[in-house]
Amino acid sequence: MITSNLKVLGCVVAAGMLSTGPALAQSEAEKAIDQYREMIADGNPADLWEAKGEELWKKKAGPKNTSLEQCDLGFGPGVLKGVYVQLPRYFADAGKVMDLEMRLSYCMRTLQGKDVKDAEYNKGDHKDIISLATYVVTQSKGMPVNVPQDHPEEKRMYELGKQAFFYRAGPYDFSCATCHNADDKRIRLQGLPNLTKNGPAGRAFTSWPAYRVSNSQLWPMQQRLNDCLRLQRFPHPKFGSEATVALSVYMGVNGKGVPSLAPTIKR
Amino acid sequence: MKKTTFILVAVSAAVLAGCATVGREDYKKAAQEMFFRSFETKGIATVDRLNQDEIQAACSEAEMNGKDLDEKLRARLEAAQMATIKPPSDGKFLGDWTKAEKIAQSGVGMAWNNKPGTVNGGNCFACHQLTKKEISFGTLGPSLYNFGKIRGVTDPNSPAAKAMVEYTWGKLYNAKAFNACTNMPRFGHLNGLTETQLKDLVAYLLDPKSPVNQ
Repeated sequence: MITSNLKVLGCVVAAGMLSTGPALAQSEAEKAIDQYREMIADGNPADLWEAKGEELWKKKAGPKNTSLEQCDLGFGPGVLKGVYVQLPRYFADAGKVMDLEMRLSYCMRTLQGKDVKDAEYNKGDHKDIISLATYVVTQSKGMPVNVPQDHPEEKRMYELGKQAFFYRAGPYDFSCATCHNADDKRIRLQGLPNLTKNGPAGRAFTSWPAYRVSNSQLWPMQQRLNDCLRLQRFPHPKFGSEATVALSVYMGVNGKGVPSLAPTIKR
Repeated sequence: MKKTTFILVAVSAAVLAGCATVGREDYKKAAQEMFFRSFETKGIATVDRLNQDEIQAACSEAEMNGKDLDEKLRARLEAAQMATIKPPSDGKFLGDWTKAEKIAQSGVGMAWNNKPGTVNGGNCFACHQLTKKEISFGTLGPSLYNFGKIRGVTDPNSPAAKAMVEYTWGKLYNAKAFNACTNMPRFGHLNGLTETQLKDLVAYLLDPKSPVNQ
């Protein structure tokens, strides 16, 4: 019934199409968005989470009544400066590559003895993880992204992250690449960074945690990935799962050298 | 003596075989296994969604390697997708364009937070320009502004428009039949939209009275 002659017809017409419609209206909308972004950049509510995070870092808590000040985020116990731009990384004590949120959860469990409840965004202990993460990332502001690729597991996670990035699946056939593998594209009016390219990858990688004006929430990277995957119509990614860490490694390695922006403010 | 020698040889062979595969890990296979460990069913979004069909796998591979599909493979995949395109059950391709704007604007459906029985949207504006009025449109797909007008459709019900009507239905039903690795979802074949919704969208794109063609 529907024959491939129609395919030829369609191709011929599409090739002949030149018009892109009312272009003037498009640039006015984009100008307004830029103005809006400038306005909201003046004062970031993320500061509140950062302050809370500092408090939690120093506070004795859990069955072991210990603070997190001996937590090793990659540069030894208690070192905060520059750790965020070198995560995710392999941790020998845990035997795996971990991102910031996973590592904070790990420290809460091992140092403080807590039975950490981090599976749901902003519920239970995850509330504290958000604040702690915001505090930690602020200590790396402006520093160049340098996600390590020394350990075989780190290299492996990059390769798996790459596979994951291009993996089309689900009822819409979406992969990360569907939206994030081209320059100058947008979804509705939201610009889409090309995550295969250094500059955009580094900026996107260090844009989360971010305060999101539209829903008044602070989103660390895990939540950003979670919501991407929801709209990709994938099943639900478990918090801190390998796939999410692998994608983080992929983005981070692609973004090597880019100065860290976190925490940022978004629409 | 003989038994020990045999065991030693067998062990050495196994070790050597292991050495041969180190550094040549099948990352594709490992990634798929990683996915199944990393995701869980939630709501209507079941883990079986992680299983790729042939065209998803082929296009993922091609895109990752920055290469086009092999021509023969492309032809075979597109033909297979073409074969999935079913005409509307009553043979009428044109629905009600006045109902289509809602479908084009809505991005709801198919996600883990959507209850079964949700009326899905096509989310057309996420990727496409369509009307003069809606300036909040994406650029992931080509502009569809004046879709029918550009194609010279003056009467979608006429015999002259039949081919274009069926082509438009085909694209909406399964865009991969026309271009294997297009980013556009297969709205008919994978049940993102109902038959009625697809018909309404065909009319939206082709009817001269539709806002798309103003």
